[in-house]
Formats: sequence, C-alpha cells, structure tokens
Amino acid sequence: MYDVTIVGCGVVGASLAYTLSRYDLRVLVLERENDVAMGTTKANSAIVHAGYDPAHGTLMARLNIRGSEMMEGLCRDLSVKYKRVGSFVLAFDEEQKAHLEQLYRNGVENGVPGMELLDGARARELEPALADNVCGALYAPSAAIIDPWGLCIAEAETAVRNGVTLKLRSGVTGVEDRGDSLLLHTASGDYETRYVLNCAGGWSHEICAMTGQQEWEAYPSRGEYYLLDKSSGNLVSRVIFQCPTAAGKGVLLSPTVHGNLIVGPNAHHVADPSDKKTTLAGLDEVAAVSRKSVPGVDLRQSIRNFSGVRAETSEPDFIIRPAKAMPRMLHVAGIKSPGLSSAPAIAEYAVKLLAEMGVKLTEKAGWDGKRRQVRFKELPETEKAALVARDPRYGRVICRCETITEGEILDAIHSPIPPCSVDGIKRRAGAGMGRCQGGFCGPRVLDILARELKCTPLDVLQDGDGTFILTAETKGGAKA
Amino acid sequence: MKNVICITCPKGCHLTVDEDNGYAVAGNSCPRGAEYGKNELQHPVRVITSTVRITGAAGPRLPVKTDRPLPKEKMFQCMELLNGITAQAPVHVGQVLAANILDTDVNIVASKSM
Amino acid sequence: MKYDLVIIGGGPAGLSAANAAWEDGCRSICIVERDRELGGILNQCIHNGFGLHYFKEELTGPEYAGRFIEKLKGTGVDVRLDAMVLDITADKQVHIVSTAGGYEVLEAKAVVLAMGCRERTRGAIAIPGTRPAGIFTAGAAQRYLNIEGYMVGRRVVILGSGDIGLIMARRMTLEGAKVLACVEVMPYSGGLTRNIVQCLNDFDIPLYLSHTITDIQGKDRVERVVVSEVGPDRRPIPGTEMTFDCDTVLLSVGLIPENELSRSAGVEMDARTNGPKVFENMETSIPGVFACGNVLHVHDLVDFVTAEAARAGKAAAACCAGGRKAPERVIEVKNGNLVGYTVPQRIRADTDFKAVDVFFRVRAICGASRIVVTDSTGTQIAAFKRERMAPGEMENIKLPRVLLEKAQGDLTVSVEED
Repeated sequence: MYDVTIVGCGVVGASLAYTLSRYDLRVLVLERENDVAMGTTKANSAIVHAGYDPAHGTLMARLNIRGSEMMEGLCRDLSVKYKRVGSFVLAFDEEQKAHLEQLYRNGVENGVPGMELLDGARARELEPALADNVCGALYAPSAAIIDPWGLCIAEAETAVRNGVTLKLRSGVTGVEDRGDSLLLHTASGDYETRYVLNCAGGWSHEICAMTGQQEWEAYPSRGEYYLLDKSSGNLVSRVIFQCPTAAGKGVLLSPTVHGNLIVGPNAHHVADPSDKKTTLAGLDEVAAVSRKSVPGVDLRQSIRNFSGVRAETSEPDFIIRPAKAMPRMLHVAGIKSPGLSSAPAIAEYAVKLLAEMGVKLTEKAGWDGKRRQVRFKELPETEKAALVARDPRYGRVICRCETITEGEILDAIHSPIPPCSVDGIKRRAGAGMGRCQGGFCGPRVLDILARELKCTPLDVLQDGDGTFILTAETKGGAKA
Repeated sequence: MKNVICITCPKGCHLTVDEDNGYAVAGNSCPRGAEYGKNELQHPVRVITSTVRITGAAGPRLPVKTDRPLPKEKMFQCMELLNGITAQAPVHVGQVLAANILDTDVNIVASKSM
Repeated sequence: MKYDLVIIGGGPAGLSAANAAWEDGCRSICIVERDRELGGILNQCIHNGFGLHYFKEELTGPEYAGRFIEKLKGTGVDVRLDAMVLDITADKQVHIVSTAGGYEVLEAKAVVLAMGCRERTRGAIAIPGTRPAGIFTAGAAQRYLNIEGYMVGRRVVILGSGDIGLIMARRMTLEGAKVLACVEVMPYSGGLTRNIVQCLNDFDIPLYLSHTITDIQGKDRVERVVVSEVGPDRRPIPGTEMTFDCDTVLLSVGLIPENELSRSAGVEMDARTNGPKVFENMETSIPGVFACGNVLHVHDLVDFVTAEAARAGKAAAACCAGGRKAPERVIEVKNGNLVGYTVPQRIRADTDFKAVDVFFRVRAICGASRIVVTDSTGTQIAAFKRERMAPGEMENIKLPRVLLEKAQGDLTVSVEED
C-alpha cells in the first residue's frame, strides 16, 4: 500500500515527488514512457516567467510568483542550469503600449519585483537587435531561463535517492475506488494507494475520465520552435516577447541555458496531445512573427526544429483540486504556461492540499535534497586536469560539439534513473545537443549504452519504446 | 546507337556506342573509355567494394574489394559469398580472402590492414 | 610539452601535412587524432575512386589512407590517438585531453588545422514532420554500416544526390535494403556522373531532381515521407506530392567545415567557404597557423586534399625552421562572375614560389567557357579554356609568378561562358 501515487513524471510530477520525498511516506511515481520528462517538459520555451501575465487572483498568478522565487535556490541545490536574464515584452504601437501598462499594473498586483516600462530607444539601447519600430517594452528583471528536462530529471533522481519508488512503462489504464484506498491498473501491474496525484499533463483528462466523471475538456495546443546554433546565442541577452494574445504569450526569442537561441512558439489546437509534428506553415509562421521583434534573426542557423503540446483545457486556470467522483485523487492538471515556472510552487501547494485531505507529513530524518552533476567543459583548466587524472574516463571526449566526456555519459547511465536511450543520455549529459545533432557522437553513445546496459546495439533506442536505431547486423547477421 | 556514361574515372565521359558497327565508341577521352563502352553493352562488369566479418581485430568489419571487375549480373551472388567469409586478424591489405569466386578469375582482397 | 609542429587531425589532410613536413626536415611533429586510428573519414569510405590523380591507381578509402599511414610509420612523427583538442590559443598552445595522457598543453611553433568537416543536419534545412528514429545523415549511416557492422534500415529514401548520398544508395542496396528514391532539390545532381550510373542506374533507383522531402511521418520510427517538386525558388509546388513508405531517411545535404577551434583561436574566416582565409602557402591570418583539407573548403577529390596539405606541411616546416620575412605585397583574390569562392583568398606576391595553384568552384553548371583572371585595372592576366564545369567539381588553375608580377592590385577570377 502506497500513501501517495503520482501519475506522470514530467516536471510537475517530479516536483511533487521531490517535495513529498522529504516526508515519511511511501510514495510511488507511475510514468507511462520509458523515461521521465517525455511530454511537454522536454518541449517548451524553457522560461521561468516573472509573473505579470496571469490575471491577479488566479492560482496561476500566485504559483507563478512563488515558483519564480523558489527556482534559483532549487536549481542551485540540484545542479540544474538556471540564468536570470530578464525579459522584455515589446510594443509596436500605442495600443500595445497601453497593453504593456496593463501588464505592468497586473504585475505589480501579483507582486512581480523590479519591473520597468521602457521607451523604444532605451529598449534598443539594451537590446541592439530589436526592430526599429519597437516603441516600448515592459522589462521584468526577474524572468529567467532554465533547463526544464534537467530540472525534472534532477528532482526525480533526488526523490528516488530519498526513497521514492519510480516505475517507468507503467501507464495507468484504470482506477478503482476501494473506499479507503484507490487501486490503479497499469501496464506494469496493479498498485494500491491511499491518494493519487493526477499529474499526467496532456493526458490528465484521460486519468480524470477514469474516475467516472469527465470534469473538463482538453484543448491540446501545439507550439513549434527553431533552435539556433550557439553563434546566434547572444543575438539578444533577454527573453524577448511580443504582446500576449488570447492564444498565449506568442512567439519569443531567447537565449537558452545551453548557449543557443530558441525562437518560437506558435499556438494551434491539435486533436491529440501526442501530435508533436512540425509543419511548413507553422515554421514559416514562427519565422515571420519572430522577425517582427528581431529582423536580423538568421533562421538558416537553425540546428533543430521541434514542437511541444501544452495542456490547455476548458478551464482558464490550473486545475488543482480533488476529483469530483473520487476525492482521494487530487488533480494537478491543466498545467499550461506558466506551468514550468510554477512547478515547485505547484508542488508546495498540492502537498498542502494533501495534508488537508488527511496525509500525515512527518519530516524524514536524513533527507538529502542536494544533487551534484559533473560538467567537464564548465570546469576551470586545473580542475579539468585533476578530474581526468583522478578518473581517466573523463579524458575521452565523446560529444565533440558540446565537449561531453565518457565519464559524464557513464554518470548519466549509472544515475538513480538510468536512461535506456540515446536521447535519455542527451537530456542528462548533453551529448548530441550540439550543432552536428549527434552525427558524430551518436554511434559512440550507442556503443557505450549497449556496453553498460549489457544489451546488443540492436536493442538501443533513440528515445521512447519502439524507436529502434539499427535494424540488423550487416553480412546477413542478426536482426533486430 | 546507345548512350553510355563511362565510369572508369571521375571524368564521366558521355559515350555513344554503335552496336551495329562493332560496338564502335565515340566521346571517350582515353582508350580505357573505348574499352568500357564496348564492354558495357556486351558484358558489363563492376568492381565490388564491401566488408566482411573479422575476428581478433579492433573492429568487427574488414573492408574488401574484388581485385578486378566482376560480371555485373554476379553482384548479389558476390554479396552472398562475402556474408559467409569471416577473416581472422592479422590481415594485410591486398591479402586474398577468397580466390576465383563464382567461376571467374576474380579474387576478394582485403583493402585495409587490420 | 613542446613540439615544432602540431597537426590537428589524422585524416588524409593531417597525414599528408605530417609526411610533407617531415620530408622537409621538421623533426618535432605531433598529430592529434580523436578516433582510435589514423585515416579519418577514409576509414569508412570503403568504395573506390580514390587516388586516380595521385597514385594513378583506383583505390578504396582505406587503401589510400593506408599508403600515407605506412609512409608515416617510416618517420618519427608522434601520434596521439583517442585524443581531443579542446582549444587552440592565438599563441599556438594546443590544449588536448585523452584517457591515456590526461589533460595536456602542447606548445607549438606551428599548427596545421586539418579537422575536416561535419554533415548538415535535418534541423539546418528545417524538414517538417515528426521526429522518429530512422533519420540519419549519410555519413553517420556509413559509419554504422562499414565500421560497426550494422544496418540502419530496410526501406530507404535518400535526400541529396551528392556523392555521399549516391554511394550510400549503392551500399544500402548491396547490403539488402531497398532504396526507393534519391531526391535532389537542385535541377542537377551534386555528385559525379559515374556515381549516378554505378549507384543509382545499376539498381534502378529513381533520381528525382528539383524535388525535396516536405514531410517526415512516423510515430516511433519513420513510416513514410512526402516528396514534392520544387520551383525555382526551391519551395514546394502544391499538388506534386508523392508518398514513399519507408523506415529510413538518409540525409546527404551538405558538408560544413568544422572550424570551432579555428574560430576560438581567432583565425579570420571566409563566409563563402566557412573555412579560414589563407595565403598561397595555406597560412591563415595567424602567422604559423595553417589550414588544409575539408576544414579549409569542402573537397571532392582526396587527391587534391593530399596536395593542398603537402603545401601546408611544407610551409609549416619552413615556418618552424625560421627566417621568414614579413610580406610586403599582398594580393587579394576575389571571386567574380559565376565563381563562388577561391582558395587561396590572398597571395603574398614577394615570397618564393614558382606558381600559385588557385582552387575555386563555379556557382552553376557551365558549358564551354573560359576562366578569366583579371587585375584591378581590368587587364586580363590569364585565361583558361574549359569544356564543362559544375559546382560539384572543384576547379583549379595555375598562375605562374611571372604573370602575378605583372598584375596591378587585386585579382578577380571569373568565368565567361562562350
């Protein structure tokens, strides 16, 4: 019998696992895929918003502000990349300038620190790449950029290290109400639990339906992105937004914590939350809109396109409340933007609700909420030399573009949540994220994975289950 | 008259071959081209380059080639034959791994020392 | 650790530069190579077609590399395998790391950049669709097949008709895959005509010119691709879509010189080649730093790489031996009509050479034409006749010293079609 079971290990589920791992509770995390961070968590703008956008009085507003406050310290504790770069929202005409003033007032009410309204000239002074017709900007110095899957992985690993059980490949197919417990039917078996947290992201409406009552409509919204080479990484130094509309915060340009430039997203409803393709029209749209803010952005420097699907619903705010038909299930659903920014605060809030629902929160002795990660290329020269002298596996560089060593890849494989795929290594160690997109390191990473996981290279996956890379040995040999 | 592109060297001369006239070739820049044009229409041949399995070496595959062109129609038979060869390191470049294959005077030779 | 000459890369360029420098008397040379063996990309190029110019024989990639590796064995050149260069400073400190040697700084009098190139990726050309497994650059697939011994797919569509794509079409077919099509966005193929014959025609693989992949579909693995015709603007023409059921896409969409280390050393770059700007002796803007091979500009024939790298090696050896005087007159070489770029980009007029080899590529297919070299007054210095030139086939001309001495100001290399 588990005390609390978390369904879904994206950044929301992982934040909850991390927070709950502090307490003397039997906690289970059920993740459908073969790794954590496989949904929206690995395909978003990677921004910790300042918090002027959500309407005052909403849960989104409160949790965005609180999350934004918590994030820097959390990332430091967990060795997750974070950088407070600040953000601009641009105005191109008087009407938009008035909108900026509204955002400013809303931000003040929400408690956003240090905001300023700038005129076009001052905005361009600070960001020379901005278009000439920018006539104003809302500057929020507390906005930041982050590694979103890095945060999820770090929180989940630390939770596991502190006693949380994680079961991958365990999609929930049904929920039974047993009165004083819930029984979850999953792909890996049945699990009995006192309480359930529905953190299933784009599929949380499916989990809700399993209670017998559908409480909201899902309106998955897909956004497409360009990721530009590091040579474009300092085109702008802050996150550059345009005025938000009903569809969302719109196309932004931003440096990333890895040194790239991210451009996107658009926002279009899709029927299925797993519809993550990119489209010619969508990419053209993102390109055209982004050039309004920064006319000189050179999209030929793109190294990758991707898209992510937001968990938009028929409700305007986050859906964090007990399920109507099964009060032992707490929904933590509809976590669209500012979901990533709010994640640690969402966890804090949801745990408080769990306590109100009857979960006993006794602090666990010996809880260690800190995590270290060795990043070879970030070490000063003397430390690099010492590290390699101590452990020669850090002396073999596997990913040339990002300078990632075999030692770091082995650290990733031997972590509390071992990856089984090349992309799982990419999300942990960074190999394959660079300009050659794994062309050079791919075969080497695959080889290391096969060796360490003691499987044949034919079994090594690109990402989720079914994404096999190799199909057979040559010379009429073994088939996958 | 047939149009044929010579593959003997990277120049890729455009040849015309007159099968009604003793396979006379025009458009070639060198005598090898004339030879190629004549053969291509009657007995086309190709050099096959591939790999075979190897044990005891730093890697699992040894690059090999036919030491002279093979009749084109025996290409896939040759590949089948290569599937059955496992070389044993050390192998020297030029070493014959299979001689006179498929009723021809073509040998399979190693193209790398491993 | 001190060396006279440090060479970054042990592929055909690095090997040739090392042998040439040794031959010219340099006795303190180190090659730093990231792979576990010398030979670079030639190790996986198991097909033939190499060495027709240099050896007058048709060799496979490994055979060609083998000749230079054998020659190197007869020298005292140091080789660091499985070692990665992390940084090159402007004062020629080369920072390397390896499991065997740990973190080391090699101090050099001269450096030869021979790092080769990388492949252009899907992201760089923004092919829309899903992101399933089964999409490879042709070179990465070639490594799996030829070095590791694995097939990457069963039903293949190849984007790009450059030589790498064509070679892989044949290779995959011979190993039992079905190659459904080779798709090329330009109205002509980028590869050698002989490869169209022996890689596509021999196996009845259709070549679609002026076409591109406009959608990749598949959830976990590639399931199909949509191919459309493109117009002169290279944008897809609606209504021309064809669908191919396949499980693999090979991308052969261009090579990019790998100049990250060059840039961090502060070497002046040429946006047209994506490689360093060099003088006639392959020296970059940093005295004592030379560049050759694919890192300088992407080559078609390895024989040219060998010759170019030998020039770099000789010049590097001369540099180490000392006694160079600063050049007084520098001639810029510009690209004129129909010419994309030239290497070298500049010539030191008063140094000791008999003639300068100038390499360039044309921007479009040219029929009977003349390569014309003019000086800044518009005077024609030299002209060369050609029957046919194509962007996929690097051209070269030789400019004798006596002609260069007559030239005023900078030179322009252009092409005039008859």
